[in-house]
Amino acid sequence: MKTKSFRLRFKKDLQQNWTLYLLIFPVIIYYFIFHYRPMGGAIIAFKDYVPKKGIWGSNWVGFKHFINFFKSNFFFRIFKNTVVINVSTLIFGFPAPIILALLINEIKRKNFKKTVQTITYLPHFISLVVVAGVIKDFTADYGIINDIIAFFGGERRTLLNFPHLFVPIYVISDIWQGVGWGSIIYLAALSSIDPALYEAAEIDGAGRWKQTLAITIPSILPTIVIMLILRMGSIFNVGYEKIILLYNPLIYETSDVISSFVYRRGLLEANYSFSTAVGLFNSVLNFSMLLIANSISRKVNETSLW
Amino acid sequence: MLFMIIVCFYPMLYVLFVSFSNAALFMEHQGPLLKPLGFTLNSYKMVFKDPMILKGYVNTIFIVVVGTCINIIMTALCAYFLSRKNVMFRTPIMIFVTFTMFFGGGLIPFYLTVRNVGLYNSHWALILPTVINTYNMIIMRTGFQGIPDSMEESAKIDGAGHLTILFRIIIPLAKPVIAVMVLYYAVGHWNSWFNAMIFLQDREKFPLQLILREILIQNDMSQMTTGVGLLDQEAVAETIKYAVIVVATLPILLIYPFLQKYFVQGIMIGAIKG
Repeated sequence: MKTKSFRLRFKKDLQQNWTLYLLIFPVIIYYFIFHYRPMGGAIIAFKDYVPKKGIWGSNWVGFKHFINFFKSNFFFRIFKNTVVINVSTLIFGFPAPIILALLINEIKRKNFKKTVQTITYLPHFISLVVVAGVIKDFTADYGIINDIIAFFGGERRTLLNFPHLFVPIYVISDIWQGVGWGSIIYLAALSSIDPALYEAAEIDGAGRWKQTLAITIPSILPTIVIMLILRMGSIFNVGYEKIILLYNPLIYETSDVISSFVYRRGLLEANYSFSTAVGLFNSVLNFSMLLIANSISRKVNETSLW
Repeated sequence: MLFMIIVCFYPMLYVLFVSFSNAALFMEHQGPLLKPLGFTLNSYKMVFKDPMILKGYVNTIFIVVVGTCINIIMTALCAYFLSRKNVMFRTPIMIFVTFTMFFGGGLIPFYLTVRNVGLYNSHWALILPTVINTYNMIIMRTGFQGIPDSMEESAKIDGAGHLTILFRIIIPLAKPVIAVMVLYYAVGHWNSWFNAMIFLQDREKFPLQLILREILIQNDMSQMTTGVGLLDQEAVAETIKYAVIVVATLPILLIYPFLQKYFVQGIMIGAIKG
């Protein structure tokens, strides 16, 4: 009974929608070639891939690369850095747009509000190369930051050569670039809060602070949670482009993360199988984090991604 | 609030000031600038003397224009399909597409795939592998879904097929969403450098950001400062760097204020879905 109905439905669907399927055909090809084929290609993580032999001709080595990776000196370092940089960006970078949104929401004068928004959104559109270039210049020993340090009697140093300074530089510049753009989505949520709620609270005698705690924050909580989940999903994908632009061998110990390591080992040193193994480890970690974050959120409140 | 604006805005102002400053004066000066030192267009002159900058511009413009066109076409096709209601395979394909947002093969397999397809050292390596940004596609799909069914119904009664519906009804009505997508993709292409770095070999093909990278990150300006005395070179190098930054970012900065509300709209549409 079910099969019959399926075949009939299928025929009807094909008759009705064959142009649609024609349209989607190139799309499927695209995803297949550039997204799913690499996924399959990740199998070279389990082999000793040699380009000449191709994927099928290379020897199977099972988990050798993974074991090498876990045992190596690098593992602890890059794992630690990935987590540290990510957690720091999370702790300082995640609340920043929310706070900015709350602040912007308070602005009464329309023109001023618009100006603030325009100015804070702008850094998001500046390319990473430019941002990294500006950072390099500002933190150089002849740069403006050192000028300020020297003014207060400190010593001039090229800040990007010091491992312990990398994370602050990275996080602060991340916030500078992203705080405005990130606040848009929270502003959207804030603007959909019913003003009547605030009026009622004021009548009940609640001050501004109390109003914020009792009305504003709970109303945008679903948005915050979804953004957090999405953020968690890429937690192990720390913006490697920026890191690659900013780091140098002197500060590898705090700046080298999983993704930048994969890039160096894989593309610069052509250590294909090994770095694919590391990359696969990365993808799996990301995916699990996403699943975990999503199920936690589903248990705690009803918001979830799917 | 004021403090925030200043902190946000000042770095960009500083870059602008330095690019117009006299190199020697700048080297001596310490600390923040309130205005250019000895206004001069010298740095810009040197920037434009360099043929690589011009080439970078041309390459980037090609990639932005061609790339964005193909982006929009492909994304629209996908969004259109996924926004239709009574298509049997919609859900499986939806899963097929969105799964790629959460899991990927990694950098190396991606790199090897692109090479194996024969795109190494070609501008198409910068366009084809990223033809559909799934996140953007979902925004477009939401936009398409916002168009009332009644339009589709009446068109069907008049005997319109899917193609007609797409081109005659959906696209004209979804112009705002499409406009936003054009902006997102265009800016994305303009600012991208990493794929260019790993796939392009001929310096002639480098997009603007990659040339920028040479200058800003690798501090390699030997191409530009030929003809300037060695001592002067160091001084000039700094102001040139800033001039290059302005030159590369100018297009974005120019269109940005006018199109800002469209950018914001894009996120709003996406937010409603989320």
